[in-house]
Parts: sequence; C-alpha cells; structure tokens
Amino acid sequence: MLNNEYTRVKISSHRQRQVDSTSDLPARGPLSRRAFLGGIGTLGATTIAATSVIELFAQSAQAQGTASTGTSSLHQWAMVFDLRNCDGCKACTMACQQRHSLTSEQTWIKVYTMQSSAGQTYHMARPCMMCEDPPCMYVCPVGATFRTDEGLVLVDQEACIGCRTCMAACPYEARYFNWTTPPPATKIPGMKQSPEWPVPQIKDTVGKCVWCADRLPHGELPACVAGCPMGVIYIGDLTTDAAINSAGNVVKLSDFLRNNDAYRFQEEYGTNPRVWYIPGHGQDLNNDSASS
Amino acid sequence: MTTTTSNIAPIAHLRKAAMRPVFEPGKRYWLAVCILAAIVAWGIVAWIIQVHRGLGSAGYNNHAFWAIYIANVVTFVGVSYGGAVVSAILRLTGATWRAPLTRIAEATAVVTVLIGASFIFPHLGRPERFLELIYRPNLSSPIFWDFIAISTYAFASIVFFYLPLLPDLSVGHEQLVDKGRNRLARIYSKMSWKWNGNTRQRKLLNGSIGLIAILIIPLAVSVHSVLSWAFSLTSRPWWHESIWAPYFVVAALYSGIALVILIVALFRKIYHLEDYINERHFVRLGLILVPFGATYLYLTVADFLPGSYVGEHGVVSVFAAVIIGRYALWFWLFVFGGCILPVLIMALPWTRRIGTILIGAALVDASLWLKRIIMVVGPANYGRVSGLFGSYHFTWISISVTLAGVAAIPLLLLLVFRVVPILSITEMEEIVDHETKLLEEKLQSLKDFNHSDQISLGDPSRKIGIREIVHASSSAQLATSTSLEIQAEEI
Ligand code: SF4
Ligand code: SF4
Repeated sequence: MLNNEYTRVKISSHRQRQVDSTSDLPARGPLSRRAFLGGIGTLGATTIAATSVIELFAQSAQAQGTASTGTSSLHQWAMVFDLRNCDGCKACTMACQQRHSLTSEQTWIKVYTMQSSAGQTYHMARPCMMCEDPPCMYVCPVGATFRTDEGLVLVDQEACIGCRTCMAACPYEARYFNWTTPPPATKIPGMKQSPEWPVPQIKDTVGKCVWCADRLPHGELPACVAGCPMGVIYIGDLTTDAAINSAGNVVKLSDFLRNNDAYRFQEEYGTNPRVWYIPGHGQDLNNDSASS
Repeated sequence: MTTTTSNIAPIAHLRKAAMRPVFEPGKRYWLAVCILAAIVAWGIVAWIIQVHRGLGSAGYNNHAFWAIYIANVVTFVGVSYGGAVVSAILRLTGATWRAPLTRIAEATAVVTVLIGASFIFPHLGRPERFLELIYRPNLSSPIFWDFIAISTYAFASIVFFYLPLLPDLSVGHEQLVDKGRNRLARIYSKMSWKWNGNTRQRKLLNGSIGLIAILIIPLAVSVHSVLSWAFSLTSRPWWHESIWAPYFVVAALYSGIALVILIVALFRKIYHLEDYINERHFVRLGLILVPFGATYLYLTVADFLPGSYVGEHGVVSVFAAVIIGRYALWFWLFVFGGCILPVLIMALPWTRRIGTILIGAALVDASLWLKRIIMVVGPANYGRVSGLFGSYHFTWISISVTLAGVAAIPLLLLLVFRVVPILSITEMEEIVDHETKLLEEKLQSLKDFNHSDQISLGDPSRKIGIREIVHASSSAQLATSTSLEIQAEEI
C-alpha cells in the first residue's frame, strides 16, 4: 500500500515495536560498562565530539544486538532537554530554520517561555516529540506521515494532500504548513528533497521537525543540538542507552533521566513522546503553562 | 383559501404543473441561471487563484489550520440530511401531506451533498492528489472514513431521488412526445427502464423505495457522526467531546429541514405551485423544526456546562472564549438568532405564517453556519502549548468560494427541474386515488348505516355530512389526508 522506499511501521504492529517508557528504561539492556566507557574513552582521545560518538553508538548497538536478548539493533532515537541550562536564546530555532530554509513562522523547534506554578519563568524548547504513538500518523488519510523503524516520524511531502488533519491531531502543535510558496532554499549538492531532508519545503503541504534525519545515520548531531551554546539538548539512543550534547558531554541515558527526575511533556495525551525534559526551576511537571 | 373544487381541479392539471418548468420555465429562468452561474464561475476563479497562491490566500495560518471550508463541508452535507429525512421519515410514517414536497426535498438532498463534498477540494492544499485517498488510503484515518461515508451517502441519496422518479419519467415521456421534444423524450424512456406501471413493477418499486428510505436514515446518521469524528478523534479541547456525533446529527436535521422550507418556498413561488403547496405544508415543516431546535439548544448546554463548570485548562480556556470571550458575540447571535427565535416563531400559533416561517428558517441556516465556523475555528485557534489564541480572517477568496457554494444550490436545482418533473406526479395521484377510494368506502358504509342515498363526495349541499364522516372516522389516514382535510376545514 505504501510504495515508498522508506521503511515504515505498520499501524497494526506499532505496539510491538514500541520502546519502553522512562519507568522501565533500566530494564532495556543497558550499554555494557566497557562499551559505554569505551565510548567515553574514544571521545576523550579524539577531540571531535559528537560525530564519532554517535557512530560508536551504532557499533556498540550492533554488539548489543548480537549479545543481548533479541533487542532490536536499530537505533531508537531520543532527545533530552536539560532545562536547568536553557536561557531561552532561541539559537536552536535559528539553527534549524537556517539549515532547512524555513520562514520565521516555521518554528520547527520552538522555545516557549513557561511560567511554573511557583511563579518562576523558565524556557522550554519543543521539537517534534517523535511520539511512539503518533496521533498525526494515525489520522493521516493517505499515509503521508509515517514512522521509521528507528522511531522517527516523518512526512512524505510528495504524497501529502494538505488536509492538515495531522495539525489538528498533534497535541504539541509541532506541525507547520506551507501556506504560500516557500522561500528559495540554499542548495546542498547531492541532497535531494526527501522526508529526511525536506528542503525546500513544498507549497501547500505540511512540514515539521525531522530531528535532522539526514544527519543521524552519518553520526552527525541535529542542527538544534549542535547549535545550542548551553549544551541543553542531548540526542540519544535508547538502544545503546547513551546521549550526547553539543559540549560533547556523553551520558548514560537511563541514569541521566532517572537521577534528574526527567519527565515527558503532556504525557496525559498518551502519545509516548521520545523527548524528555530535566526540570530545574521548580517546574510542576506537566501543569505549567506558557506565559508568552 | 382553497375551495373544494380548486383542490380537485389542480389534481387534474398536476401532470401539466409538474412538467411546466421543463416546457416553459419562464423568462426569468434564464436570468436567474445566468446570475447564479456567474457567481459560481467567480467562485471557481477564486479557487484557481487560491490553488496558485497557496491556502494562505484563504486566510489560513498555523493557528487556523482548519476554518471556513471544512465548516462549509459540515454545513452543506448537513443540510442535505433534511431533504433526505423529510422525505424518508414522512414516507415511512405514511404522512401523505409530504407528497408535493418529496421531489424538491430529495433533489435538494442530492444537490447539497454534492456541493458539500466538493468543498473538500478547496479545503485541501493539494487537491490534485485527491485520488491518493483511493489508491493509498490509511484505513485508520477518520478523514478516510469521511470519504467513504460521504460517497456512500451521496450515492444513496441519488438512488433515493431516482427511484420515485421512474414512473414520473414515463408520464413525462408522453407529454414530451406530444410536444415534440424528442431528444429529452428518448432520455426519459431510457431512464424509465420500460416502466409501464403494472402491479409487479409497482410492488418492486415501492419495496425498493421503502428499503432505501429505511437505509438512508442510518446512513445519514453515520455520515454526520463520522464528520464529527474528524474533529473529536483529535485531543483538542472542545473537539474531543463524545457529544459531538449526536450534536452533528441533530444540527444536520435542524438546518436541513430549514433549508427544505426555503427551497420549497422558492420553487413554489417561481413555478407557481401554490395549488399544491400551501401554508399548511410550511406550518408542518416549521413544527418539525421545533423539537430539533430545542434539542440542539439542549445539547449546546449539555456540551458546555460540564467543561465550563470544572475542567482542564484547555477546555476552560476555549469555552470561556466562546461564551464570554472573543467568539461570544457570534455564539450568542447563534443562540438567540439560530435557536430561540426560530423555535419561538415556529411554536407560537400567531407567528406561524409563511413569511415568518421563512425568516425563521433562513435564520436557522445562517446561524448554524456561523456556529460551525466557531466550532471549527475556536479550537483550531487555541494553541495547546502556549495557551494563546491565534486568529482567522475571511478573505475575498474564501468568501467568493463559499458564496459560489450557496449559489450552486438554486442553480443546480433550477437545472435539475428543467429536465425532471418538479412534483412527484405518480405519488400524488396514487395518494389522491387511494384517499378517494377510502372516502367512498366510508361514505358507503355511512350510507348503508343512515339509509341516506344522497351523500357523495364533494357535494356542496351535503357538506355537513362529510364533516361528520371525517369526524366520525377514527382513521388517522383520513385525518391527515390532504384533500379530505381541506374539505373538512372549509365546511
Ligand atoms: S496534511 Fe499531509 S501529512 Fe498531514 S494528515 Fe494531511 S496528508 Fe497527512
Ligand atoms: S509531536 Fe506531533 S508531529 Fe511530532 S510525532 Fe508527536 S503528534 Fe506527530
């Protein structure tokens, strides 16, 4: 039915491949101490940061896959926002918009200024949450929104009929439509418009954050992660249980989340987002509201 | 108003009256067609410009991703239900007064569902990819269900229009041949499938009409429910309400019957059908509106009260915006102009005149469109992360396209009745035959009882006798029968 070269998760089978949520993170074959430290060691040895580490994720994931109990060897991408360090500078938004030639309204990663219940303000960036149960995908009448085996929810703009039902369904307002002809894009040689590299955007279709799906396989950091001067954003892999930020800080994902009381935003919508937030300003988890 | 004779006479001229628009639609017919066609053409031009410039030219933005066109889909497919139901329910309950209205009602149902469905095209950013719904559908999408439900219902309403037309086509065929309109006559004879009115054919036809009249009711319920699920299967505040499906069904009936009133009045006027359609028809249709209007008001309260009383931040914010905030003016306009006032007009005996009923019906349709706009735009405007409202403005493009849809209703109906009889000839004749027979039987039994030889149908000197008969008769059929009741009223 979906004659696309991308591997797509069939709706019926998504529950089987669903990756565990925070509570059972430790249970999912954590990176062996040696492999994890090995990763760190490599990082220490070479000064190039992110690139090689993510590649290491890949290698260790392969090792894991063969060694552990039938866990998929695929990456299962995740993101963590360490809100303790976010000062709301919007560098992530700008890096993303520049990389994808977006208009200023198309804030694929959007920084909200939030008001905590204790009265403090703090900043919270919202990319696409890459939900494990993505309502945007279920409601898309033509399967233009799909989910890859690595847990990325992408849009095939060549198939999108522009009905915007996905915008209605997304609880995080993460989708942005191209209401008029998109601005001309800076061409990158050898890169063709695709769901992973949706540049330029296509008029009258929907677009959204893709976690720079074109970069991840090459071990490169997404634009927002790389562009954050404060090292707030971590890109991670649930399979290898590791995450890294722009400062080259590598963490063991499950410990990082557990030890810092990480939460997922508006979890009550039941979409199982793949994005975690680490509170630090007296946030009342899900009950805060934006103030601007 | 109507005398006994003038009530009988038109029955004889029924065939002529029903075919008049086909033969001599009148001078103003062309004028009307031209004006309406110009409005529709202008709308199509606007749509082409919109496709060229992008959906933003219709006022859409990321905080109003759904707006006027989907509201139009809901409104037009909604009003279609009225035509189908007036005809289907009144058929099934054997309400004989429906007969002069059914053809107009059924045609309205067909025309409006087709227009409603075509509003999907301006709604889509990429209308040229529409066929993907057929060759790569996602079965879990409520939009796909909508597509299936609307097409099934549209097909059923066409069948429901066509079946009762069969015998009339063969009646019309004779007249066409008489007048030398051979081309249309040939089409009529093809379309009437060798209808000759024998008992077997009649039985088969009545059976099929009965079946489709039953089928079309759950079908229409399903269409409006599925339409509501396009909204309520998302987690947006106010859309995510279980009451929306029945809410949509009632809204469809309410606005649909109001539209039937308007359309019947229009065609009664331009094609001089006053002999067949009189104030009583409007009063009855108006009375049917009352319970639906009241139910809709009730559902509105039931929809808003729990969420406004206590609830999540999002629901409270949206409800506040609707009831006392940015949409309040439009909302209360709907409550008073679309529910309370029309219901009062139809319910109070001294305001129940054709003129006021028409005003009431027009108010219902206009304000239910407004209500749909609020229902669509309000929750779409609300940003669920920021808690802020965006805005939506109509543009000349979206208004032109919408007006084209409105103009297309009378335009298509004018064109339809240019080729098919506007009244259900056979149905009306059958009812008159049937009732005359019934009356004669009653008369006979009364005669036998009274040993009175002189009472006969339509005999002015014996009117008292007829009144007695009608009163004495416990038969509901008689009480509702068109011809008899009028006689009784005059007496
Ligand atoms: S706008 Fe495109 S991606 Fe979104 S639901 Fe419609 S067809 Fe699917
Ligand atoms: S955040 Fe929105 S767009 Fe992203 S996967 Fe979830 S529902 Fe879809």
